[in-house]
Amino acid sequence: MQELGSFLEVLISGLLAGVLYSLVALGFVLIFKASGVFNFAQGAMVLLAGLALVRALDFLTRLGFPGWLAIMLGFVFAALVMALCAFLVQRYVLGPLINQNALTMFMATIGATFVIEGVAQFVFGSEVYPLRLFPTDAWIAAEATFPGGILINKLDVWGGVIAGLLVIALALFFQYTKTGRALRAVADDHAAAQSVGIPIDWIWFVVWLVAGLVALVAAAIWGTKLGVQFSITFLALKALPVLIIGGFTSVPGAIIGGLIVGAGEKVAEVYLGPFIGGGIEYWFAYVLALAVLMVRPQGLYGEKIIERI
Amino acid sequence: MSVKAFKLALAAVGGLALSSPVVMAQGQNEQFIPLLSYRTGAYAVNGIPWANGVSDYFNLLNERDGGINGVKIAFEECETGYATDKGVECYERLKGKGATGAAFFNPLSTGITFALTEKTLADKIPIITMGYGRADSKNGAVFAWNFPFLGTYWSAADIAMQHVAKEMGGEDKLKGKKIALVFHDSPYGKEPIPTLQVLAKKYGFTLMELPVTHPGVEQKSTWLQIRQNRPDYVLLWGWGVMNGTSVKEAAAVAYPRDKVIGVWWSGAEPDVLPAGDQAIGYKALTLGQSGAGEFAVHAALKQHVYAKNKGIAKDDFAQVLYNRGMINAMLGVEGIRKAMTRYGNKPLTGEQIRWGLENLDLPAERIKELGFEGMLTPVKITCNDHEGARSARVQQWDGKQWKMISDMYTARQEYTEPLVKEISSKYAEEKKITARDCSKPE
Repeated sequence: MQELGSFLEVLISGLLAGVLYSLVALGFVLIFKASGVFNFAQGAMVLLAGLALVRALDFLTRLGFPGWLAIMLGFVFAALVMALCAFLVQRYVLGPLINQNALTMFMATIGATFVIEGVAQFVFGSEVYPLRLFPTDAWIAAEATFPGGILINKLDVWGGVIAGLLVIALALFFQYTKTGRALRAVADDHAAAQSVGIPIDWIWFVVWLVAGLVALVAAAIWGTKLGVQFSITFLALKALPVLIIGGFTSVPGAIIGGLIVGAGEKVAEVYLGPFIGGGIEYWFAYVLALAVLMVRPQGLYGEKIIERI
Repeated sequence: MSVKAFKLALAAVGGLALSSPVVMAQGQNEQFIPLLSYRTGAYAVNGIPWANGVSDYFNLLNERDGGINGVKIAFEECETGYATDKGVECYERLKGKGATGAAFFNPLSTGITFALTEKTLADKIPIITMGYGRADSKNGAVFAWNFPFLGTYWSAADIAMQHVAKEMGGEDKLKGKKIALVFHDSPYGKEPIPTLQVLAKKYGFTLMELPVTHPGVEQKSTWLQIRQNRPDYVLLWGWGVMNGTSVKEAAAVAYPRDKVIGVWWSGAEPDVLPAGDQAIGYKALTLGQSGAGEFAVHAALKQHVYAKNKGIAKDDFAQVLYNRGMINAMLGVEGIRKAMTRYGNKPLTGEQIRWGLENLDLPAERIKELGFEGMLTPVKITCNDHEGARSARVQQWDGKQWKMISDMYTARQEYTEPLVKEISSKYAEEKKITARDCSKPE
């Protein structure tokens, strides 16, 4: 019974950790879905959003603002910073590259990554900034059934709930709003979308803004978990196998991919790791991703791309 | 002024600058010391205070004493980002700089140390690895150019286990116990394993080895294994974000923080501050006598450097890693000073400085003169012993600051020395290095 309890604990923790990866992956999906650009800068955007939030919170708290007001204003400030970032990226990085091929756009986002990382640390600092927005202790569930119970971290549950709400909101946005439909049209073909009167500049600003806000939510959760610091940019690497598995164009795919990666890597680390020296969870996620690539190159929920020659 | 006249004036100034004996003399009377640092990237939070300590100490000597015995220190930082390839690039770029080339290298990375060990041997430049690097390089007979001052990871592992045994009530109480090592999955993190295996065999405890992949932002599965196996103590061998995450994950699985003991690279302020109250009770080794705090040298820094707005530290002034950077810089400088007693007060080559480092002898009185009393124990380097001192204390985080909770421990060479001999001999055999005869004076 204890073995089963331990397995369930690892599995549940993995699933919840996977949802946190999905939060970062969602930002990639949004931009790819709307512009066909793989946004290498998503990890840097999480760092920028986190730094803006935590530094504003520190500043407002020092001025004596009550906690709830400091948090609200902190989020507003960070959202404005992300809006400015979206505007600058659209105006000076992607705008001039409309109708260029995807590889050129991708390279541009690599450049944007280093600029965002550098400017974020230059403006807001490069130390570790503690952020405490959610509880980080744990529940012990099913103690009567399993000796020692099953540990469930409250922060992970918060992450799961928030990710669920985000997915619902984004699904509604893409399906039922005019801007959402325009985003999908732009993703299919920039030039065609422009020719039917879709304001591509505005659409790209909106999508980068939404991705920036998703990055802010991810930063709030991961910042509470790790402290806001440069290492938060490495989350982009955790999101990559999630995207490969779930598909680059599917919001629900990002969640499913996250669940598979989270559960897979944790179970592998705990049950397979000890036999091969441990430390396998980082690359095991990519083993899963490669396996999916071989069977479904577009990912489990990605759109099958058919190009006429 | 016409354009032509301006160009002529510019050429004249340039010519004067090139031929001026003052400029030449200044350039030739500087000792160049490269400073490999990381102020960006995943490990910047730890790299910045350390580099600030080194830099401030060099500035202090230049401002207060005019350098080392009248020879100014010229130093240049090179950003490695804690990446081995960038570290090697920095080494290649800076090794020949200055009138006599680089005095020594100090990469603050075990990975870069492994990569540079053979290069420094060929280029005849010492490599100082205070509190890190290859543990077998303590044997100066084989590793003539490596100087793992003040403590290797094998010494640290033994000291950590001495403290565990003391808390348990004696070495005999270790029998049947379970000790987990949570380590950065890199050459650095793997270094203590041989010593811990020797001690596990000797005292009858079980060693659980739990690697954490770089950079260590996700450790849930590691700590779930700890929750399920309930080791009696956890030794933490982390760096950068890994440390704070480990402390937080320990709290998340309700593992008592006072049963977690970090190595001296897991016991600075950036390792505990992000965890807030969850870090209370967490313990870590100090490297030498102390961790954070102000001593006589800090007063000198305030007077000669910070009063002139030339200091670069902010909140990190007198923190654990800042102080360690200063100690590190001081030991290198004292090695140069020692070499000057033999080769004269002028910029020296790496080869000459190697002799100085190998004959470095800092008794308590000299440490006091330098303003470092209370920060480190006496150091005596010999051909056979490039470590020079192997003592540490245990400190505990109380939520606001580190508090010393133990007396000084000294690593037991009866456990570490056989490993040093065995592994350094293997290295010598593999690299076809003839070990020096340390009984003969150089």
